[in-house]
Amino acid sequence: MRDKRMTLDEVVGELRSGMTIGIGGWGSRRKPMALVRALLRSDVTDLTVVTYGGPDLGLLCSAGKVRKAYYGFVSLDSAPFYDPWFAKARTEGAITVREMDEGMVKCGLQAAAARLPFLPIRAGLGSAVLDFWEGELATIPSPYPAADGRVETLVAMPALNLDAAFVHLDLADKHGNAAYTGVDPYFDDLYCLAAERRYVSADRLVETEELVKAVPQQAIILNRMLVDGVVESPGGAHFTFSGSYGRDEKFQKHYVAAAQTPESWAEFKGRYLDVPETEYQAAVHAFAEEQKL
Amino acid sequence: MSVTRAEVCVVAAAEIFRGAGEIMASPMSTVTTIGARLARLTFEPDLLLSDGEALFFAEVPAIGAKAPVEGWIPFSKVFDVVASGRRHVVMGANQIDRFGNQNLSAFGPLQQPKRQMFGVRGAPGNTINHATSYFVPRHTKRVFVDQVDIISGIGYDRVDPDNPAYRFHHLHRVVTNLGVFDFNGPDHTLRALSLHPGVGADEVAENTSFEIAGLAEAGETRLPTEEELRIIRTVLDPKGFREKEVAA
Repeated sequence: MRDKRMTLDEVVGELRSGMTIGIGGWGSRRKPMALVRALLRSDVTDLTVVTYGGPDLGLLCSAGKVRKAYYGFVSLDSAPFYDPWFAKARTEGAITVREMDEGMVKCGLQAAAARLPFLPIRAGLGSAVLDFWEGELATIPSPYPAADGRVETLVAMPALNLDAAFVHLDLADKHGNAAYTGVDPYFDDLYCLAAERRYVSADRLVETEELVKAVPQQAIILNRMLVDGVVESPGGAHFTFSGSYGRDEKFQKHYVAAAQTPESWAEFKGRYLDVPETEYQAAVHAFAEEQKL
Repeated sequence: MSVTRAEVCVVAAAEIFRGAGEIMASPMSTVTTIGARLARLTFEPDLLLSDGEALFFAEVPAIGAKAPVEGWIPFSKVFDVVASGRRHVVMGANQIDRFGNQNLSAFGPLQQPKRQMFGVRGAPGNTINHATSYFVPRHTKRVFVDQVDIISGIGYDRVDPDNPAYRFHHLHRVVTNLGVFDFNGPDHTLRALSLHPGVGADEVAENTSFEIAGLAEAGETRLPTEEELRIIRTVLDPKGFREKEVAA
């Protein structure tokens, strides 16, 4: 069986500007932040991003890498809730958005996973979602009238086909079997099913035998068919949470505060983002120690 | 100890769920969470309550506390519940208009807003699939507007009567720090059901951009019973988080 281990920078080396990338997790929960940081260090740009957005989308916006975004929401999940970099990109009109109902994201990924052009869904009808999509979102009448003869017309959610997917899980083997250990798988399996190239980072890489003993079978949401590259990345979801650590609320607040002025952001970027992942983790550790004083 | 405005709001929030039966109650704020739990502990014992993350509570805990669980409800399954219709959500709102259109997405033009909030979240899917209510802890003209900037949650004037896909749309209540409302005014417009003790019709009118039906006739919101007060104060919210959400 293939050994799919890669480094963060090797993964990003396989991406190209202009791609459509799906980013797993949810809000500020189990986001593949180390992979996002690797994207920030690269010259890959002009991206279309599909996500349940959190600071992943914020960081990509901070570097001007997003051209178009498909999302159900963008939230940091704790105060001040609204991501400052996403907000800035929006108020400056720097990105085109295809905002949609949260359930439509799942639906679009399911359509892509099943290689269907669309799936019908009720959500979106009557709302501003159709306006957000500027003609790219259609409705479809049912070919089966109800008993009273009336025809139901639904949103035809188009497949959210992805060039690449980034997800972060707690535990993986080198072949791409991977598991979550928290309370929610989110939609990481769907992102991988919807994508051409699939990359998973994991807090810990273990042998297959250890993986299957460590978690209930139902928690192994990725199999080998769904993964092209595996990266061992301890703390790779930081500052969002993963199964084995909570969200770093202090650091997330630090991120928000740093976004407020060009000077504070330059300092944040120099210390945390213009450095390899190992130095990021060391700097984050140092930040945590400073906070204790 | 006299009853606070927040406690009146908690009971009004609980009343949202009267008659709901065996469905998922999804309150999105502190006062409405206390309200849903109060309903479950008193007149709606079959409600399903989650921890807001991925677990169904078997027993009803205080705000911020844990409790034994009875099941699993990760986000993916929440969308299944939404589509099934077996849910009543109580969302917040940055704006609501007279027909019940709601905005929590952003202010200003769609592709270049003046202020960014969450995006539409689950509001379009919630409002077209199952009962939806709103809670507004500060009733002002800036919230109750003539026209919302971005329609996240759909109002009655958005319903296409020729399309049965809209048949599950139902906006049940709006509870604010001033009163309790529904959309049974003329043409499904906002109507006053009751005003909280101490609130006058003038105060509500001054804080709403449009005319509210039935405002002059509205009675007084009921006070908590002694048992409800005991549950709110000693069981569900002994630390008084409710008072932080609704100013006295």
